[in-house]
Amino acid sequence: MTIAVLSGKGGTGKTVIAVNLASVSTHAVYIDCDVEEPNGHLFFRPIPKSSVEVALKIPVVDNLRCTGCRKCVDFCRFNALAFIQNRLLVFSDLCHACGGCVVLCPEKALSEREMPIGNISYGISENVEVITGNLQPGKVSGVPIIRQMVENFYTNKEIPIYIDCPPGSSCSVMESIKPADYCLIIAESSVFGCHDLKMVHELVVELHKPFGIVLNKCFNEENPSEQYCLENGLPILAKIPFDRELNKWNANGLIAVKQSPDYHQLFQDLVTKIQAEATK
Amino acid sequence: MKQLLILSGKGGTGKTTIASAFIELYQAKLFADCDVDAPNLHLIMSMVSEPIETPFYGLSKFRIDPNRCIHCDECRLLCRFGAITQNTHLIIDPLACEGCGLCEAICPAGAIESFASISGDRMLYIEKDRRFSTAKLRMGNGNSGLLVTEVKNQLQDNLVDTPLAIIDGSPGIGCPVIASMSGVDMVLIVTEPSLSGLSDLKRIVKTAAVFETKTAVCINKADLADSLSEKIRSYCKANQISFVGSIPYDPMIVQALNHHQSVLAKDSTAARAIKTVFSSTLKLLMT
Repeated sequence: MTIAVLSGKGGTGKTVIAVNLASVSTHAVYIDCDVEEPNGHLFFRPIPKSSVEVALKIPVVDNLRCTGCRKCVDFCRFNALAFIQNRLLVFSDLCHACGGCVVLCPEKALSEREMPIGNISYGISENVEVITGNLQPGKVSGVPIIRQMVENFYTNKEIPIYIDCPPGSSCSVMESIKPADYCLIIAESSVFGCHDLKMVHELVVELHKPFGIVLNKCFNEENPSEQYCLENGLPILAKIPFDRELNKWNANGLIAVKQSPDYHQLFQDLVTKIQAEATK
Repeated sequence: MKQLLILSGKGGTGKTTIASAFIELYQAKLFADCDVDAPNLHLIMSMVSEPIETPFYGLSKFRIDPNRCIHCDECRLLCRFGAITQNTHLIIDPLACEGCGLCEAICPAGAIESFASISGDRMLYIEKDRRFSTAKLRMGNGNSGLLVTEVKNQLQDNLVDTPLAIIDGSPGIGCPVIASMSGVDMVLIVTEPSLSGLSDLKRIVKTAAVFETKTAVCINKADLADSLSEKIRSYCKANQISFVGSIPYDPMIVQALNHHQSVLAKDSTAARAIKTVFSSTLKLLMT
């Protein structure tokens, strides 16, 4: 079963919860799709097994063949090509690697080269297979990295796969949750947390994904996110209080279920609830 | 006019809270929320008027006319984004479509046409001499970098006479962040004391360096893990990054936000620390 952990708002505890869920299983896969800021590996410290580079195919110009017809320049909607002072220039950071210019060039003056944008590493941490996508700082979009992880690693249905999603509700989140059988939404107790919970709730409904909510960092105060869940009949699977001790473990990259039997029990129960909810 | 952008790398470190406090302390007349994926600043700015809303059209998307399609499959084979699938006939998934237009360009039957698609909404609040520009990306859309640029353009088009604009940014290091950095005078990075916070801080510092943007760092919730706060300070020192202060954790902050009150309304160590961070930032930016 594939479970996507998402939140809309950043810093609600997606990584901590995904890491702990994977850790209480006898055997699990953890995939870090937050390729802009991958942090799961800081907890797992996996023994590296392999790594593949992810590259985009960027056009290269053969200036001897280019006649300056500008068909490619007119075609490119991303403004990645310009014909300036009798030369065709490629702005590789703007290129979306659609390959269109190469296909359309009547002179066959364009070919492609690989431009690395990041990598995917695979490692083992005790009972967990850890897969981490990593976008190089300065590169614009991590979506191709997520797409490659989705294609290569979401296939095993025998063991639980936990996907740690990026924040937000845009294309990278869509790409990450596409193959998920179940979505676990992590919501904080603040007005921000509640606003972003609504946003992600709409997203999972739109995609017809079964889902449940974990209320994280709760205080003994009114909780706008909890209120929203109750008013709209959303299933709350767990309510985790704000805990300075837990925060310290998280800050230092320690996995809570290995530090405390209480948290072990909490996450074990959460796994059971997710399985029950997902097979409903 | 100078522009101050607030970023963090890691999400949830307190960007919006600190941006709102800065706006209050400076009595800012120009401010913006560039976190178009999950905009939150409008929730606490207590703007009384309704914003002027304008839809934002991203790149056009494409669709296939099944009556003209000759099923040559050429478009599906060439699409690098896997947006075209074969069912009873060929269809384009608008959410997967990147809008490159290759399918339209190569279709031998002229069966593919573009259509305008709204990918987000811009909002502009005008109150006396204050201008607040923000936007919301529609669900599952790409184009977030383009929309961020629109938020900033909207602010530029509605300038008022003021020396400083304050801009709340988004988490991460990708296109919306890079788009928000363009033209700013300084980035204040709000980090938190955790291995994740530090790792993400290093990544955002690297990103800012690629675009040659000046940076300063402050630590929020600093006392939750003192040893890591110390590590962050030494990292800044070793890399000659200006460090503008630490703010202690204070549960009153969330409560104030939940009650739509200013985080500075009550005197607390956190409120005093925010004021210190603000004046150090301003000094660095304005000199």
